[in-house]
Amino acid sequence: MISSNLPALQVVLPLLGAVLTALVRRGQIAWFIALVVSWTMPMIAFALLKQVLAEGVVSYALGGWAPPLGIEYRVDLVSAYILILVSLMGALVVSYAPRSVASEIAPERQAWFYTMYLLCMCGLLGIAITGDAFNAFVFLEVSSLSTYVLIALGRDRRAILSAYQYLIVGTIGATFYVLGVGLLYVMTGSLNLADIAGRIGDIDNIRPLLAALAFITVGISLKVALFPVHLWLPNAYAFAPSVVTAFLASTATKVAIYLLLRYLFSIFGVVFVFRDLPVTEILITLSVAAMIIASVVAVFQANVKRMLAYSSVAQIGYITLGIALATQTGLTGGIVHIFNHAVMKAALFMAIGCVVFRTGAVKIEDIAGIGRHMPLTMGAFVIAGLALIGVPGTVGFVSKYYLVAAALEKGWWWLAAIIVISSLIAVVYVGRVIEVAWFRDPGAAIRAAREPPLEMLVFTWILTAAIVVLGFDTELTAGIAGRAAEVLLTGMK
Amino acid sequence: MSAETLIVVALLVPIVGAGLIALTGRNPNLRETMTIATSLVLFATVMGLLAAVLSGATPRTASVEIFAGVELGFSVEPLGMIFAVVASGLWIVNSIYSIGYMRGHNEPRQTSFYVCFAIAIAGAIGVAFAGNLFTLFLFYEILTLSTYPLVAHKADAKAISGGRIYLLMLLGTSMGLLLPAIVWTGIVAGTLDFMPGGILAGKLGGTALGLLLALYIFGIGKAAVMPMHYWLPAAMVAPTPVSALLHAVAVVKAGVFTVLKVVVYVFGIDLLAETGASEWLVFVAAFSLLMASIVALTRDNLKARLAYSTVSQLAYVVLGAALATQAAIIGSGMQIVMHATGKITLFFCAGAIMVATHKTEISDMAGIGRRMPVTMFAFLVGSLSIIGLPPLGGTWSKWWLGIGAVDAGHEWVVAVLMTSSLLNVAYLLPIVAPKAKPGERIAVTEAPKACLIPLCITAALCIVLFFGAGQVETLLAQLATTAPADIAATLPKGMPDGL
Amino acid sequence: MNILSPLIDHFNYFIIIFLMVSGLYVVVARGNMVKKLVGLMLFQTSVYLLYLSPGKILGGTPPIIDENFQIYSNPLPHVLILTAIVVGVATVALGLALVLRINEEYGTIEEDEIFAAEDEDK
Repeated sequence: MISSNLPALQVVLPLLGAVLTALVRRGQIAWFIALVVSWTMPMIAFALLKQVLAEGVVSYALGGWAPPLGIEYRVDLVSAYILILVSLMGALVVSYAPRSVASEIAPERQAWFYTMYLLCMCGLLGIAITGDAFNAFVFLEVSSLSTYVLIALGRDRRAILSAYQYLIVGTIGATFYVLGVGLLYVMTGSLNLADIAGRIGDIDNIRPLLAALAFITVGISLKVALFPVHLWLPNAYAFAPSVVTAFLASTATKVAIYLLLRYLFSIFGVVFVFRDLPVTEILITLSVAAMIIASVVAVFQANVKRMLAYSSVAQIGYITLGIALATQTGLTGGIVHIFNHAVMKAALFMAIGCVVFRTGAVKIEDIAGIGRHMPLTMGAFVIAGLALIGVPGTVGFVSKYYLVAAALEKGWWWLAAIIVISSLIAVVYVGRVIEVAWFRDPGAAIRAAREPPLEMLVFTWILTAAIVVLGFDTELTAGIAGRAAEVLLTGMK
Repeated sequence: MSAETLIVVALLVPIVGAGLIALTGRNPNLRETMTIATSLVLFATVMGLLAAVLSGATPRTASVEIFAGVELGFSVEPLGMIFAVVASGLWIVNSIYSIGYMRGHNEPRQTSFYVCFAIAIAGAIGVAFAGNLFTLFLFYEILTLSTYPLVAHKADAKAISGGRIYLLMLLGTSMGLLLPAIVWTGIVAGTLDFMPGGILAGKLGGTALGLLLALYIFGIGKAAVMPMHYWLPAAMVAPTPVSALLHAVAVVKAGVFTVLKVVVYVFGIDLLAETGASEWLVFVAAFSLLMASIVALTRDNLKARLAYSTVSQLAYVVLGAALATQAAIIGSGMQIVMHATGKITLFFCAGAIMVATHKTEISDMAGIGRRMPVTMFAFLVGSLSIIGLPPLGGTWSKWWLGIGAVDAGHEWVVAVLMTSSLLNVAYLLPIVAPKAKPGERIAVTEAPKACLIPLCITAALCIVLFFGAGQVETLLAQLATTAPADIAATLPKGMPDGL
Repeated sequence: MNILSPLIDHFNYFIIIFLMVSGLYVVVARGNMVKKLVGLMLFQTSVYLLYLSPGKILGGTPPIIDENFQIYSNPLPHVLILTAIVVGVATVALGLALVLRINEEYGTIEEDEIFAAEDEDK
């Protein structure tokens, strides 16, 4: 009974959890509910992955209405991979969260915080699991609306402003997406992704198809924060509560990338998108711009969270670069970087969350000398920072190796050069923080700082350990990413 | 213990040692006992491996696949063995010296100093025993990262900016050039393993081969081939034991060792000799060699002068690799050993002078020979070894390099070697005996015993190595890829037999 | 006549495009945060029409099975757009709530004045 309804449970449980937390109104209990739900999620995701590996694609007819008319939940290797990523990150972040949330959010709002968190989780998992284009829009909006609220909960008044700006951009993005879906619906008469993929080849008139592709790609790109439509991201990440930043950085953009992958590869198809259209050229140009420009901007940030946010924009560039190459190696690199970047950015934002918890400082100059007073926290930051650079022995190296290899396989020297130049800029912005944190004399506020509470430290370090372990044991990441890339390149049939 | 286990033990000992040092940090005596004990255990382990390698075996561990085509694995071949023996052996001496220097100078944060040092040694041992390019790259970066805190140790503005240059240049070259070179090699050769005779034969044309070699040479920033040498003088802000062991032995030697290893086991010297892909490097190395010597002449700061001397001496190794003949490779391998002992002696002396007199500029050192006779005698011995005069170890490396140059048809390189030796004389010997001001009475004030004894040991080593070079040569001769008869023919007369 | 016929055949799309672009223009060009939201709504509404208009089939009736009728309109777009409207309402509600909070914090809802206030803070 349960095993056959896993796809529905994956989405329904967080939704129920959200309702419960809204009803209890007490921060502690709400956290506990969120914790239980969040740890159930990866279990379901792993069970689904097991099913997919054993039996192939898992198709689930929601409410018993058979697809293509009813909404289909469809789990293949790619979506299982994203489900695991999102649910695992969510579970780790929630376990880390309670004291950080308590210190940054007013008591009467803490239960609402967990409600919004669970709703966001529900939306993100929903996008990854649904096989229905319009249902994906609904989940997209569920996750987005809750994200706006989560960001607005930040201490700084600029948090509300960032949330408002993100709301405008996010809504435009989602509307573009739904516009594209509308065009596809008019053309194919179906909203089921697999069904659309099957019918799209019969369409003779290519122009509406192009329009649909353009609207969908641009719409999702806004959510991905692909350069140059990334402007909402730095402010949102910088002013949101620490926990929210860690959660969003490791999940929200990643799910949007999943959706992009779905459309480019499974729906429109590799041949149409990458051979007949100059998507490779456009996407590579934008990715490269992100990798270089956003990295350079990151170097000049005074706020650590903002710096990491710009770094995220650059790292998303790596992912889209792998996608744009549309080769087995490149796509593997891109997909594996979805996971790897999520792990390292979550670790970085959690470490900074610990610093904020103890000192309230987010400016680089304000954390001078903190390494000597919070060595474990900043040790985690250093290791995660090294992963950002792509030092061997960390997850960052794995992704970078694949991407450089993919560029060289195509004979694109300049691209390999740009990838490494971008990592060199990462050396500068990571090195800047490390230098200030370890080799400057601490001020009075920092001298009083101690290591954060145990659970914050432990979960930061679990992710940090994962950075190293997954840098050596790549079975779960690169292994599945490679097979997911195969699935995407062969299409959805 | 089997040789395979010994490899793993050798890698773990310094890491476990680092942990123990960190745990015993509150008690300086215990902490320093830990450091020395670790270095002794490590040396014993490495010597255990040496026995196996001398008997002609190549111990290796099973490889663990990280992802498609990229594996983690270790194997011990003669070149790596020599590097490991040098690094671990000199670590013992250097640990004793560190204690004298760090206490004598009242340096802060000594625990993290010793911890980072032990990790750096683990990195060096990993580089030495790496069985493939990925493993080598991994430990190469560990070495870079663990030495960065050592360079910036003093945490004043100068140390921080020195550390910045150090990190940016080493990480920049390795991530920017070495990584693409490795990926390229992987794509072209289909493997990253080190194989006798190389893995690239017949896979790349001459020009591409030259380009790949350039990526490697400049990507291995630790080898300090000009213009990638700039980090080395900048790193001299570190405490002297760091300069001594890391920037005369472990780090820079890891660089040139990597160059040698890539030339011998990735390209294969036969391939380079056939295609002439390394011709350009002969000129670059020769230029680097002379230019660095000339710059050294102009430096008044003792450590800076020694740093440029190191840049020049490293170019000898690269030169040998570029010549790509057996004799030259043997010369390069030998240069790693000889320069290490010679230069560490010089740095020890520089540190001893700093501890005893707090002087760093050569022009302030008038009468230093009479004030610190033992130290300056050791300095003389080290200098002569660097210059390459018998009866000191440095003689042999230059000898073999000369033969290698003639074999390769680059007779002019011999002239370069001679000129460089003369330049060495010009910048090293004046330090030993600057005249004291007339009429000044100078009392003998040597550095503390813990500083003095190590530098005597290394100076003695320089002499021992002159007679012991046969042992090193036997090891290096195993690198021979063509008929062993060639080697016998090039043996110089009067070479002492293996002692 | 020939030039006009595609215009007339697809007049619904032209209305949609007109609404869409005007909505986007308002979002971009207005500094007043409430007006921006109005633009956003306009933009969303155009998409509702995009879904609804092709669902109407000439001569079709509401899809209630009756033996007198053979042609029915497609009901699915209506259902979808009902959902989309709900989402849209939620978005605007949240947007207005945020504008209220911004007004409390900054004392204005004009973008340029807020940015000026932020610059002074720095």
